[in-house]
Amino acid sequence: MSALEISRLTHAFGGLRALDDVSLEAQPGERLVILGPNGAGKTTLFNAITGLLRPASGRIRLHGEDVMGLAPHARAQRGLGRTFQITTLFPGLTVLDSVLLAVQGRDRARFALLRPQAAFPHLHERALALLAEWDLGDRRDMPTRLLSYGEQRQVELILALAARPRVLLLDEPTAGLSPAETAAVAATIRRFPRDLTLLFIEHDMDVALDLADRVVVLHQGRVLAAGSPEEIRRDPRVAETYLGAGHA
Amino acid sequence: MIARAGAAVTALALLPLALSSYQLDLLTKMLIFAIFAMSLNLPLGYAGLPSLGHAAYFGVGAYAVGLMALRVWDNFWVDMALGLAAATVTAALFGLLALRAEGSYLLMITLALAQVLWGIAFGWRWLTGGDDGLPGVPRPAAGLPWSLAGGLRFYYLVLVCFVGSVLVLGLVARSPFGRALVGIRESARRMEVLGYNTWLYKYVAFVLAGLFAGLAGNLFVYYNGFVSPAYLSIVFSASALIMVILGGAGTLLGPALGSAVIVYLENTVSAYTQRWLLVLGVVYVAVTLFAPEGIVGFARRRRKSGAA
Repeated sequence: MSALEISRLTHAFGGLRALDDVSLEAQPGERLVILGPNGAGKTTLFNAITGLLRPASGRIRLHGEDVMGLAPHARAQRGLGRTFQITTLFPGLTVLDSVLLAVQGRDRARFALLRPQAAFPHLHERALALLAEWDLGDRRDMPTRLLSYGEQRQVELILALAARPRVLLLDEPTAGLSPAETAAVAATIRRFPRDLTLLFIEHDMDVALDLADRVVVLHQGRVLAAGSPEEIRRDPRVAETYLGAGHA
Repeated sequence: MIARAGAAVTALALLPLALSSYQLDLLTKMLIFAIFAMSLNLPLGYAGLPSLGHAAYFGVGAYAVGLMALRVWDNFWVDMALGLAAATVTAALFGLLALRAEGSYLLMITLALAQVLWGIAFGWRWLTGGDDGLPGVPRPAAGLPWSLAGGLRFYYLVLVCFVGSVLVLGLVARSPFGRALVGIRESARRMEVLGYNTWLYKYVAFVLAGLFAGLAGNLFVYYNGFVSPAYLSIVFSASALIMVILGGAGTLLGPALGSAVIVYLENTVSAYTQRWLLVLGVVYVAVTLFAPEGIVGFARRRRKSGAA
């Protein structure tokens, strides 16, 4: 069974067809890169999958279950996670408090009203373990807005992981980063659990083709090509639309 | 922490020994409005949901107690329970309507809903006494082992309610639920994709706020012996808003401090001029300009920069 199955997704903003009959599938544990120029519909696709946007037509199945009628939080409870392109961490919260919220989101403790959060030690243990594992232990008491941009991106990834997703959507995890920071984020993604299904949007062709098992190229809301990184690298249509004519 | 809280409660319990009956009266009023402001702080300070209609639940609680005590059955427990229930049900209904909006739209809807109740209280003379209100509500005595009519005994009732509210609201603020409210204030969209039903969290905060506002309203009608449409008015709603912001939104005791300052100021200023609302407006402008994080937030920042 596919981890994620999208069929014939269509959505328009006014006259603009942001998603035009998009179908794609991701197998469990697969790392799928969505490639495409600006305005190709990549973020719209992610918003539709997570439920932040209701597409006009099409089907989305998560591990075989139709999730079209579910709210974003209900999809998250079924193991769907995502990060955002524009870093919107919890600006006023510390790194530890942010990770605690993410850990708690998939825990029954999230409904507790009359017991302090500190009375659930397993939440703290898991949050601290995550911070240690991803080398942010010394940043735990710092408000996230004071972190460097590269560190904010790392926290963004950890927040998504903390919610124990089975399918994780990463929206341009390396956007705006220096080459060194990009390498750090790519290394983090490479260390993600192998059974986690990853879909990510990436502008950096080298990063994308390095991390991907398979690549889907979107162009003007349509799937232009799909295949292994090598196939995509050799595809003349991709070179033309994505890199600009004459580049290949 | 616990030692300091114990000292504060002991001080509040012993304070009446040193106060004149007039001052005790003022302190009682401060504590009642502290409960009112703290209740608004839950949606406003923690979840970031502004409301200009919080007097609705305060007033509904007050009218329910007043009507029960005067017309139906003067029994403290029954009247109090019905007052709390009426305020909570009102908040549960208004929350369904208001929480479809956000930001300044939420402000307008809550204001409009409260004004509807104000209009009913003003116009439905047969039930509410209209503009004259309902005078002669007795202090709690019936149904109790001792009368709480005297100033000192009534103060202790209010103190118990205040301490109970601080305990419950403090626990809620530190609970996973309360932390989630802060997460929603900081980034609602992120909370959605982390698996939180953000609407439900906001709704529960809204209804809880209505319950505690109702408690403040219940106590205030006993305090004044009187209920009028003013209890539902925008002036009461705005006062609560200013108390929260002045004291420090999103801090546990900031709103109580804000209540003490505003009640004291109102009392002092009213002795000299009719223009209390003008003074209140100036206070509001001054706070937003010079200490937008409120007294408690301002003090914390000073202490931090002093330590560094």
